[in-house]
Amino acid sequence: MSKVRVLVGTRKGAFVLTSDGGRKQWSIGGPHFAGWDIYHVKGSPADPNRLYASLSNGWFGQVIQRSNDGGTSWNPVGNQFVYDGVPGTHQWYDGTPRPWEFKRVWHLEPSLTDPDTVYAGVEDAALFRSSDGGETWGEVSGLRKHGSGSSWQPGAGGMCLHNIILDAGDPQRIFIAISAAGAFRTDDGGASWRPINRGLKSVGLPKPDAEVGHCVHHMAMHPSRPAVLFMQKHWDVMRSDDAGEAWHEVSGNLPTDFGFVIDVHAHEPETIYVVPIKSDSEHFPPDGKLRVYRSRTGGNEWEALTRGLPQEDCYVNVLRDAMAVDSLEDCGVYFGTTGGQVYASADAGDSWAPIVRDLPGVLSVEVQTLP
Amino acid sequence: MIRILLPAHLRMLAQVDGEVQLEVEGRATQRSVLDALEGRFPTLGGTIRDRGTGRRRAFVRFFACGEDLSHEPPDAPLPDAVATGAEPFLVVGAMAGG
Repeated sequence: MSKVRVLVGTRKGAFVLTSDGGRKQWSIGGPHFAGWDIYHVKGSPADPNRLYASLSNGWFGQVIQRSNDGGTSWNPVGNQFVYDGVPGTHQWYDGTPRPWEFKRVWHLEPSLTDPDTVYAGVEDAALFRSSDGGETWGEVSGLRKHGSGSSWQPGAGGMCLHNIILDAGDPQRIFIAISAAGAFRTDDGGASWRPINRGLKSVGLPKPDAEVGHCVHHMAMHPSRPAVLFMQKHWDVMRSDDAGEAWHEVSGNLPTDFGFVIDVHAHEPETIYVVPIKSDSEHFPPDGKLRVYRSRTGGNEWEALTRGLPQEDCYVNVLRDAMAVDSLEDCGVYFGTTGGQVYASADAGDSWAPIVRDLPGVLSVEVQTLP
Repeated sequence: MIRILLPAHLRMLAQVDGEVQLEVEGRATQRSVLDALEGRFPTLGGTIRDRGTGRRRAFVRFFACGEDLSHEPPDAPLPDAVATGAEPFLVVGAMAGG
């Protein structure tokens, strides 16, 4: 019988939640790396027992850990992230130039085919790659040296590269997103990049449809349709049908189109999920009701999913990397909250139950479906 | 023999429970002690001193013998009591963060 393993990064450690395919009884492993901010934990699609974890904190900086046994044991690997060449400057909040300075790894994206190859999205925004299981890291510097790099500015959470999508059909194509620069794509394995933000409109910009400067919160793709991308922007839920060449809004009847997460059903490429958040200043669900919204039409027409979720006095947030899906026949959907709950649905969102209620604030959720 | 007390975050990384004891060749200074520490526990590289500059990270402090040695030059001799192992060298996470 299949199993699922949910990898949870929190403000004070990592947790590994496991269940059989029924997804009713769970065992909770952890905390691993107690006391560290765990921005992300993710497994290799090519070897599910190979996991990578990003640990950081304000005192002791960045550490990367690797597991070869599905999270039972861990060992530190390389934590040297050095920008390629003279780092140059980006814009600071006050518009002045500021040198690039490494702060932390937000997102780890293992290769689809090689367990030893893994990408890291970092703050200040850059993409790094390791081809030796995380022992050494080199910058994929074509992105940061893209012509607009000197004009990038941090969002409120820092200038972070937080989203990396690898195209299963084209190993040369990678999508990334940066807050607050926007989305970018390479078609040559990372040598050159260009912004893919046409159609995005951000009222916080002097030129709302600028080529760069957009605060993209998260993007998602179904592996069977790599040209179709979904995006939760600071405000607006967006869709592209041409690999980001142009975007159009699909917020439709959502109660608010602000939010952080977005994900796609494992077997239905037109079924997508978001968690609407009231506003950019009120990072909690509207009306104190925690509701996942599902569209079965690829956007525009949304239904509220509430069964099993708190429908009063709920004021948590769901951060950008804190939703994931499994690939069991009845697709499971998972998300974690800043209040420390991890919710799971074993029926594509129709009903929900907490796996665990009282973890530290959840930063990220990933799911592995295991044989 | 030098005795080093690490904060909990770094004890976890180094997988040690109590204090660390090290032999340091030559004069005991912040640099020689930390070089020896990172030699024994490579996982601590970059966590106490910035990898690029070699300087103490902003929210890390060094205490010994009731004194804050954080601003002493890295090649200044540590107190005799540290060099002889009578007193430990403390690596401390400053009271900051959460």
